[in-house]
Amino acid sequence: MINSGDTTFILISAALVLLMTPGLALFYGGMVRSKNVLGTIMQSFIMISLITFEWVYLGYSMSFGPDVGGIVGDLSWFALNGVTNIPSSDYAPTVPHNVFMIYQCMFAVITPALISGAFAERVRFAPFLVFSLLWAILVYNPVCHWIWGKNGWLGVRGVLDFAGGLVVHLTCGVAALASVMVIGPRRNYGKSSFMPHNLPMTLIGTGLLWFGWFGFNGGSALAANGIAANAFVATHLGAMAGMAMWTIMDWKNTGRPTTLGAASGAIAGLATITPAAGFVSPNAAIIIGLFAGFCCYMAVSLKNKFGFDDSLDVVGIHGLGGLIGTICLGIFASKAINPAGVDGLLAGNGAFLATQLFGIAVVGIYAFGVSWILLKAINMTMGFKLTDEEQVQGLDLVEHNETAYNN
Amino acid sequence: MKKIEAIIKPFKLDDVKEALNAIGIRGMTVTDVKGYGRQKGHKEIYRGAEYVVDFIPKIKMDIIVEAAMVDKVVDTIRQAANTDKIGDGKIFVMPVEDVVRVRTGERGKEAI
Repeated sequence: MINSGDTTFILISAALVLLMTPGLALFYGGMVRSKNVLGTIMQSFIMISLITFEWVYLGYSMSFGPDVGGIVGDLSWFALNGVTNIPSSDYAPTVPHNVFMIYQCMFAVITPALISGAFAERVRFAPFLVFSLLWAILVYNPVCHWIWGKNGWLGVRGVLDFAGGLVVHLTCGVAALASVMVIGPRRNYGKSSFMPHNLPMTLIGTGLLWFGWFGFNGGSALAANGIAANAFVATHLGAMAGMAMWTIMDWKNTGRPTTLGAASGAIAGLATITPAAGFVSPNAAIIIGLFAGFCCYMAVSLKNKFGFDDSLDVVGIHGLGGLIGTICLGIFASKAINPAGVDGLLAGNGAFLATQLFGIAVVGIYAFGVSWILLKAINMTMGFKLTDEEQVQGLDLVEHNETAYNN
Repeated sequence: MKKIEAIIKPFKLDDVKEALNAIGIRGMTVTDVKGYGRQKGHKEIYRGAEYVVDFIPKIKMDIIVEAAMVDKVVDTIRQAANTDKIGDGKIFVMPVEDVVRVRTGERGKEAI
């Protein structure tokens, strides 16, 4: 039975999640040097086309189609065959099936775009596209099926992920780590300054991401109900607490509260609350947000010691956020908040925390391994990296024949 | 004729310009420049990573005057641009062979 309230809410949520990809483009674009801003924006933006094509012909069916052994959906929904405005009995039974499909499409779009921050300012466009497409097919779709697909094996084992801590943030975070290891650093990494060229652009992007995240997490209730309300509130509380904590850490450690720090803390809080938003109380959401601000700040500080050029901190913010959010869900989940969920460690159910850790290990190892193989193979055949001379000229001119700022 | 090339702190530009106008200097060319001397650069911090910014924004003024005016102009710039702190800038004086006004073709001090 189609419920008009639920349908309205999920349609609006889908539009909100779509907006996150251009938001991410601005968030990343402001942090790179001016000669790379268009290329960086494009790496997020073009995913709307590339992954939506993939989603229509392969992705939706692999992720949510009829289950094959708990591992992947079959291809019977190829080209959206049978995905109509009649609700699915397995997913979101009160909204048209194609509304659920387009809502999930927006998640698939933003996930590979998130990875691009790790290798910002140094890769060619063509191998980037090949990687993103293959990654969506071989990493995103199976992991999405394992956790959210009907009879997906991790879901059956009890692993919970409300809106994408594992499916989106951990997968993109470990892929980012693999990409940094395979592709290597930017020219003159450790010697030159890679200062952000336009932080107001990054802050506009942060605002759009925060706004869109209400659809990302709130909409993941798949109905306009009390769970959606809980997720909406938890999302805001996690984000604001993350921003507060990072700002305090910044102020304490460097003597100044920075705007980039505030933005980073908000995104860390949002990524971390994502898996837990529909299962935890407002107080738990605040604790999770504070914890996110603290841990992600420390991780980003440590990165410089490891010598990994994760240019825009995808590992330290999204990867770690997804990971600790999934653990926090194991600790703070409460049936009093969501009767369809489970109790976590604090409610006396330590077994659920173990299940969550198992989920992290499986998804982390699988996503890292497949990403690493894909990256190596593409690097050997096509070559990811721009030459030193091309890096000096910048992505915008070399890869796209245009420049952002002309005067 | 001499060229006076003064590197000053950007926020002192208006003071220097007004002081020069007051002693009868009617034209100058101003350029945004970057550089460093004893003041060195400064640090900026992005997500905890410190970057040393070597080159500090400054203003360069080019003024052409008759040789007799040089001391007065240099003193005026010094007084107006001075903050008694490191990084106030430098003034260079150098000879100018000729000056041509593009519109009329006048040469020498008539063209200043």
